Amino acid sequence: MKQLALVIDLNVCVGCHACVTSCKEWNTSGTAGFMADKNPFHKDPVGTFFNRVQTFEVGQFPETETVHFPKSCLHCEDPPCVPVCPTGASYKRESDGIVLVDSEKCIGCNYCSWACPYGARELDENQKIMKKCTLCVDRIYDESLPENERKPACVMACPADARLFGDVNDPDSDVSVAIRERAGYQLMPEWATKPANHYLPRRKASITIHEDELVRSDNPLKKEHKLPMPDDDDQTFDDVTSW
Amino acid sequence: MRPAISIIFLTTLIGAGQGLFLALYTGQVYSTFKVLPIQDPLQFYALGSLFALGLLGLGLFSSFFHLGRPERAWRAASQWRTSWMSREVIVLPAFMASVAAWGLIHFSGWNPTLFVIRDAFNVDLALVTGAVATVLCFALFLCTGMIYACMKMLQEWATPLTVVNYTLFGCASGFTLATVFAARQVSVQTEFFGGWAIVLTVMVLITRIMSLVRNERIRPKSTIQTAIGIRHSHIVQKAQGAMTGSFNTQEYFHGASKRKYKNVKWAFLILVFPVPLCLVLAGLATNLWGLYLAAFLVQFAGLFMERWFFFAQANHPQNLYYQTV
Repeated sequence: MKQLALVIDLNVCVGCHACVTSCKEWNTSGTAGFMADKNPFHKDPVGTFFNRVQTFEVGQFPETETVHFPKSCLHCEDPPCVPVCPTGASYKRESDGIVLVDSEKCIGCNYCSWACPYGARELDENQKIMKKCTLCVDRIYDESLPENERKPACVMACPADARLFGDVNDPDSDVSVAIRERAGYQLMPEWATKPANHYLPRRKASITIHEDELVRSDNPLKKEHKLPMPDDDDQTFDDVTSW
Repeated sequence: MRPAISIIFLTTLIGAGQGLFLALYTGQVYSTFKVLPIQDPLQFYALGSLFALGLLGLGLFSSFFHLGRPERAWRAASQWRTSWMSREVIVLPAFMASVAAWGLIHFSGWNPTLFVIRDAFNVDLALVTGAVATVLCFALFLCTGMIYACMKMLQEWATPLTVVNYTLFGCASGFTLATVFAARQVSVQTEFFGGWAIVLTVMVLITRIMSLVRNERIRPKSTIQTAIGIRHSHIVQKAQGAMTGSFNTQEYFHGASKRKYKNVKWAFLILVFPVPLCLVLAGLATNLWGLYLAAFLVQFAGLFMERWFFFAQANHPQNLYYQTV
């Protein structure tokens, strides 16, 4: 069965928030109505977003690393938000695995948002209905768009190409290959929600050199210099003495 | 979690209404089997069911304030196969209808005897209707409790004790209210209700303390390491994705100071248990109905705080993504 999802490469994400603004720009004119901002120009503005980038610092100074962490609905294969919905407004599409909220049926009871361990759902202050990432369902199938633009707005916007989009159940898709070969992982596996979105971990280019490799007797670095001739009774190795 | 005032009203009001009905019906069953003297159907059962219906109706009314789109509330009955909330939406009106029928039978006086057990005990229509209502009453307690207990990611709620506590709190407050009602009617059932109010309050004291002890010892399954998938013992959040608040920083945090949180806990432990127990005991000794009324009011106020604490204590795993709230 098809399961569309995002794969987010934490090794590449620079935390520019382009995906956040692009998501809001596209979806605020989406079919489910605009995404409300309360007090946008006053004290304590609050807005509805489908996607946010958070920043964590891992380690203690001086051994620290900054990790930018984009988070949106993970489109779980076993979504806990769907069975709890009393109206059936919250549903998972059979055809492509996208989890959606029917804006005509939602009663705004917040119960699905309690069931989601990731906090991926937000109640719209204006419409009083639950909203969440739709994987730009109104973009990815739009045949009026050029084929290479039929991707979620966040994927289109990412300048670092940290966001991949595709079918995680197709073993040959870009996202499946990335998950398989670059150690893609899921968030909070302890709740058995089977998130479709995966994250690719930070990676560092490093090689392991053991000390004996630096000081070994046949260290090729020493070949640079002319070495003294050994005594006749000394043991010798090939390549370590100069004649 | 943020305590939702409308839900606090809903659960405490319908709990008391359910408990009141159970008390009155238990009295009726005892009368049928001639353990207690028979009460006046009009003054006692019809009026009592009206009070129970009033509480249930107020609870139902307040639940609408929890909804963003109350005009669509009727849709909430559709997903009873999977959603405990949907089941509650069906069972609550069904229970109210059965209580109304039970009260109406007593009010109208049309209460034919359906069959006789051992030529001595008359089983009438009201008794059978009440039995149906009792089943629905316990189903409603189950639904209300399971709405919270089924949320496995809210570990403080995900325990059978949640259902037990909702049931026993409802019964305790309902029996206390029934004691007030019976004492006002100068009924001989006052002591029966008062005695059970004491027993139920002691029972729920035990189960609530069990759940408090359990919740103190909870080890969260989710950690910041599983939340972002980075294995390091020292991870600090530097940005939450929004400079001011968001739905995520409002809905999942109670926002009260540590002191208030602790005070509410002790306040409910005092107001729900020892104070009403003493007042009911004093009432039983002196036969003053005002003491029972005070017991009910104090306990009901305490239940408000208990429900507030129940919400505030639940720690949602999404809060791991919002470390600096």
